[in-house]
Amino acid sequence: MPINIDKEIEGSFQIIGGNFVNAGEASTQLKLLLTKLGVDEDIIRRTAIATFEAEMNVIIYAAAGRMHYHITPRGISIKVDDMGPGIEDIELAMQEGYSTAPDWVREMGWGAGMGLPNMKKNSDIFKIDSVVGEGTTIEMVINFPQQ
Amino acid sequence: MKLSDFAGELSLEVKTCKEGLEREITGVYVSDLLSDVMANSRAGDIWITLQTHLNIVAVAGMKNLAGIIIVGGRKLPEDTRQKAEAEKIPIMTTPLPAFEAAGRMYRKLKEQG
Ligand SMILES: Nc1ncnc2c1ncn2[C@@H]1O[C@H](COP(=O)(O)OP(=O)(O)O)[C@@H](O)[C@H]1O
Ligand SMILES: [Mg+2]
Repeated sequence: MPINIDKEIEGSFQIIGGNFVNAGEASTQLKLLLTKLGVDEDIIRRTAIATFEAEMNVIIYAAAGRMHYHITPRGISIKVDDMGPGIEDIELAMQEGYSTAPDWVREMGWGAGMGLPNMKKNSDIFKIDSVVGEGTTIEMVINFPQQ
Repeated sequence: MKLSDFAGELSLEVKTCKEGLEREITGVYVSDLLSDVMANSRAGDIWITLQTHLNIVAVAGMKNLAGIIIVGGRKLPEDTRQKAEAEKIPIMTTPLPAFEAAGRMYRKLKEQG
């Protein structure tokens, strides 16, 4: 399917920590934009999973954050950074099933420890950087299929 | 098959988006873990869960699910109902527990081939 992107598009969304009511808003907006651009369904699906999980982590763990996207004819770059507690042991946090989510968050069905692994699985490039006491930055690239 | 084909057998009570009942469903996914549903459900699936809070609407929308069936006779909170209505996500409740609801849907979908 031809991808209908001849110029680069970028933008960003604010994410407010603890705001479960609007959870998914940023990812939903980005998904709508990609749909409008006629991006391949599988690319949209992978982007949706990766961005939604990144957005949820800001909501669950941080005070505030931002999702920035940059769409080019080659693919989608996403950067999610937050002001939050940071992650002490990134290797541990990346393990499937590892979670420090509090009980009330688990009762909502979050906190399965699948967020970071699934961001990595669904992106072609995945980078995570974190400073304890300052915040966390996730960078992901999802390439369009090359025709 | 359509969602409406299961209404009787599961004693479904339709809470939102009645018109969504005529959507064709392609499968069923059963899970109460939202990251699991994000990762492993497929577009067009019906999602069976006991979760009732607002975030289920966002998950169903992000994954283009055909609708949500809330099991065990749980009540749908008003904020979830309103959001689902606004985003056109069909939500139904059933008095059946997840195992029975899924079992009855499984049988019916398999009979259809
Ligand atoms: N933005 C973040 N800020 C602080 N800690 C985080 C952040 N994202 C993830 N973490 C830490 O990494 C763990 C694993 O994250 P994740 O894989 O998304 O699973 P879950 O959110 O279900 O716990 C979290 O429980 C938390 O301890
Ligand atoms: Mg997470």
